[in-house]
Amino acid sequence: MASAEEIARAADRKDIRDRWLLSAPALIIIFVAAIGPLFVMLAYSFMVKGDYGDVKFGTFSLDGWTSVLFERDIFDDTLGLADAHLTILWRSVRLSFYTTVLTLIFGFPTAYFISTRPPKTREVWVFLVTIPFWTNLLIRTFAMQQVIRNEGLVNTALIQLGILDRPLQIMNTDTAILLGMVYVYLPLMVLPLYASMEKLDFRLIEAGYDLYASRWQVLRRIILPLVKPGVIAGSILVFIPSLGAYVIPRVLGGGKNMMLGNLIELQFGAGRNWPLGAAISITLMALVMVALLFYVRNVSRSEAGHG
Amino acid sequence: MGWSVPDRNAIEIRGVRKVFGAGENAVVALDTVSVPIRENEFFTLLGPSGCGKTTLLRLIAGFDYPSAGEILLYGDDIAPLPPFKRPVNTVFQSYALFPHMTVAENIGFGLEMLDRPKAEVKARVAEMLKLVRMEQLANRRTSQISGGQQQRVALARALAPQPKVLLLDEPLSALDYKLRKDMQIELKRLQGETGITFIFVTHDQEEALTMSDRIAVMSAGKILQVGAPRDIYDRPAERFVADFIGESNFLKGEIAGTAGGRATVRLSSGAEIPASLPEGFSPSGAVTIVVRPEHAQLAAANGDASLSGTVENVVYLGTDTHFHLRLDDGSPFIVRRQNSRGGGEGLTQGSRARVLIGADAAQVLKD
Repeated sequence: MASAEEIARAADRKDIRDRWLLSAPALIIIFVAAIGPLFVMLAYSFMVKGDYGDVKFGTFSLDGWTSVLFERDIFDDTLGLADAHLTILWRSVRLSFYTTVLTLIFGFPTAYFISTRPPKTREVWVFLVTIPFWTNLLIRTFAMQQVIRNEGLVNTALIQLGILDRPLQIMNTDTAILLGMVYVYLPLMVLPLYASMEKLDFRLIEAGYDLYASRWQVLRRIILPLVKPGVIAGSILVFIPSLGAYVIPRVLGGGKNMMLGNLIELQFGAGRNWPLGAAISITLMALVMVALLFYVRNVSRSEAGHG
Repeated sequence: MGWSVPDRNAIEIRGVRKVFGAGENAVVALDTVSVPIRENEFFTLLGPSGCGKTTLLRLIAGFDYPSAGEILLYGDDIAPLPPFKRPVNTVFQSYALFPHMTVAENIGFGLEMLDRPKAEVKARVAEMLKLVRMEQLANRRTSQISGGQQQRVALARALAPQPKVLLLDEPLSALDYKLRKDMQIELKRLQGETGITFIFVTHDQEEALTMSDRIAVMSAGKILQVGAPRDIYDRPAERFVADFIGESNFLKGEIAGTAGGRATVRLSSGAEIPASLPEGFSPSGAVTIVVRPEHAQLAAANGDASLSGTVENVVYLGTDTHFHLRLDDGSPFIVRRQNSRGGGEGLTQGSRARVLIGADAAQVLKD
């Protein structure tokens, strides 16, 4: 049963809906900036590619879509799996997954630490976590490069200390990309985790200990279920940008270790295959949608659990 | 008494001290407290907020560790153990029920953590639900039940693992008056049925007097007096205890003589009245005595009496009437008289009255 207040509120909203002209700015933004470009991209993905980039308007072709997964043999014109694309797709999904897991592993204790500080110092810690956002992503990525390259901070130190006799090759590997992504996206995990931990009633933890739960059981049976919304929000915020990462693999992965973002850029740039670029972009979006749906369903289930 | 079966101590607090912070900011929450708590006893820690009663409870539970001293549970020092290794459970002031679990899951949590077989957990949960009369709501979320019901679940959850001692941290303070009264009786019943030692923390003197077998009155990190409710009420040893529990009249006097735990006190009016002495206390010179308002009687007119004064105010309270007097030496004195039907005659504002203090009504205070 809806309360009188709820009915009144619903009525208020209906009044606003009736004055549709006032909604025009919102509608324009939604259609012109969000949905419109999507249709343009969808249309481009079904056209024949132009000789110098762009597309030939008014044409129709499925080439853009077939080339996402298959490539035509130059000699006998048969279709074979596009190994390179699959490698890149797999690398993107894998590295994004690792990034999410690692940021969760590092972010969870960090958020827990912050949420257990006295209220005043808490703000200072949150502020410190957000400081990296003040610096441009490209600069942070290049800074990371300085740390991990062969003549960089880590290798120089390890060689000086006599632990290594030649530099560890981190640059231009998947590991380098992973390190960069974990570093850059960690705050995106810490903040939502902190937001849900801050609301956690720590007396429940005492109650857990009182009822014979060990530290591990308290974490698994009490803290984790209660901060699950934060874990899910953080995972979404890290996984999605990781999947589409462009700058980090470009700078740290070298030319060889591409991710989806780089592949798309390649098609619109040097590859001059806009339909393929558009098709991969839409594929990436679909992947994100699937991941989101999976997460959102999980959230609503845990929310239902909270009554 | 005698030597037959000595009462066993469930808990023994020995020289426990707790200091929070360090250096100049150090706060002494407990100042070398020692008290034995007997098996199967309903023991209450009573005192105003900040007196250290909750700190003592948390030390027994294991949420904090004492700065010095021992906490013996049936002879073993449990002070260094983490809370999950102590066979002691707590009913929290906020209940602290797990919001992501049902009522039954909450109650079964402790047993589950103790790795008891599933069948045993199930049976015990059913038994507990019955004990607190919550069978109908076993599968509800804790957010879907009322405050009083949450209280029962918190009790059942803490009792389910059959702790050796149950700690209750002001568990009734969030309930309304009527429900609190019911729960007081309910708690007494549960304690009787389970035979578990209860340590109950409260700032409510009425709650303490109604429910406890023994009460420890605390103030500023110390235990001032331990005794049965009647002892504490009738024979307060210190001014704080007399003042904190019930209403009191304080009179100044001088010791005229002592004999066998009793004293004769000469009041400023010159009258001499008999008074009891606190155990092991033999004062001389100036003392303060306390007389409860209902332990003194009023009589009109003049004659032999301990004290006399003028009635300043008469307050009718239904069951009884309070007479506010100003004694001849200028000190205030309240006498409570139980009302009876048709007994409205007697003293009014401005009339002279004399106060009779019975042979066993006055108590000498240590301070």
